[in-house]
Amino acid sequence: MKLSGILLPWVSVLCVGLLGVGTYGALFVAPADYQQGEAARIMYVHVPAAWMSLATFVFMAVASALALIFRHPLSDLCAKACAPIGAGFTFLALLTGALWGGPMWGTFWEWDPRLTSQLILLFIYFGYMAIWSTIEDPTRAARVAAVLALVGSIMVPIIHYSVDWWNSLHQGPSVFREGGPSIHPDMLWPLLVMALGYHAFLIAVLLVRMRTEIIRRRVRALQLRRVGGLA
Amino acid sequence: MSAFWAIVGQEVKLATRVGGGGGLAVFFFLVAITLIPLGVGPNMPLLAQIAPGILWVILLLSCLLTLDRLFQTDFEDGTLDHLMLSPLPLELLVLAKVVGHWLTTGLPLIFASPLMALMLNLDPRHYPMMMVTMLVGSPALSLLGAIGAGLTVGIRRGGLLISLLVLPFYMPVLIFGVGALRAVLVSAPGDLALRNLALLAALSLLCLVLGPVAGAAGLRANLR
Repeated sequence: MKLSGILLPWVSVLCVGLLGVGTYGALFVAPADYQQGEAARIMYVHVPAAWMSLATFVFMAVASALALIFRHPLSDLCAKACAPIGAGFTFLALLTGALWGGPMWGTFWEWDPRLTSQLILLFIYFGYMAIWSTIEDPTRAARVAAVLALVGSIMVPIIHYSVDWWNSLHQGPSVFREGGPSIHPDMLWPLLVMALGYHAFLIAVLLVRMRTEIIRRRVRALQLRRVGGLA
Repeated sequence: MSAFWAIVGQEVKLATRVGGGGGLAVFFFLVAITLIPLGVGPNMPLLAQIAPGILWVILLLSCLLTLDRLFQTDFEDGTLDHLMLSPLPLELLVLAKVVGHWLTTGLPLIFASPLMALMLNLDPRHYPMMMVTMLVGSPALSLLGAIGAGLTVGIRRGGLLISLLVLPFYMPVLIFGVGALRAVLVSAPGDLALRNLALLAALSLLCLVLGPVAGAAGLRANLR
């Protein structure tokens, strides 16, 4: 609680700074795409969101594994706090993808493998959140959710590749591949800065959510004690 | 090992006797298939074209609908507590339950599938391939279902939650199952059907490892 209180302002400032620089780079420094023109700039929001949707899931699964192994209540809180953020990233990736697809592919929704696997990932996030909202007992909900997150961490790559099995309309990976990135450095660095900014955003929101949850539980404990004292 | 087969036998007996509702999944399969021509119109060429997808989607749903029976009834009458106290490892118990579920749901559905395929105007030459894909893929459905059932046992409104949890995990099974069948249907070049089938088998084998372990972990999380 103390550590998070010290960290929070720094991470928040870092997040705003990185996102600010990234946005500047994306809007003013990076050249417009020779094929797609100015609309390609939505990539600087879309691509980091898509990366983060997966990164958050990995983070959530790791926190769940730690929760199952060491039974530390903080890891439960961390995993729980991850889910809505991850779902938010996934939704953002889908939304910006649709907005970009509208003028570029001529359709807002296309049953393209990556869109589809992002949609399925969103469903898995929803399922995970549904567990927390359906089971009243928090310790039981934590364990059930942790098992689901671990199963999900095995199934998500399988779902991803199985969906890739269809023919892809989406362009292939152009940053992480053998022989170095294939995009222009002026386009790459804003993208990477944005990605770092998204990471800082994840950590900042995660800290806020975990603090809120801890305080909520304390309030609940105090209320219970007071009711107990009156009776 | 005798305890394992005893549970499998008990599952089969319970499903086939009065009150077990063993035939309900097949009946649902039949009724749901009937809905499709009513929905899209009695266009035989169109039905033949979409038959692989429809058959597989409804197979998934039929499996899904029977999942809450897997642990829920045993949980309600206390049998599950006794089974968990037995010396049989919980993972094997889950596996026995899955085998029982597959014998009473997956297998009858596969035997009934040619009839449904006939109604959807699928070319009879493709029936063997259809049944093979279902035979290879349906164990994965029961095994993944056991994870969902284990995670939701004893939860109010758990039936709806199972669907939400399990359906995303069913999607790869659907993709490879339909993929293999469609590859034969359009006589795709090369060994595309075989490759799909191999991936489907790999998926079933993976679920054979994952299902009992995760299902048991779910049961432990819920019953403590």
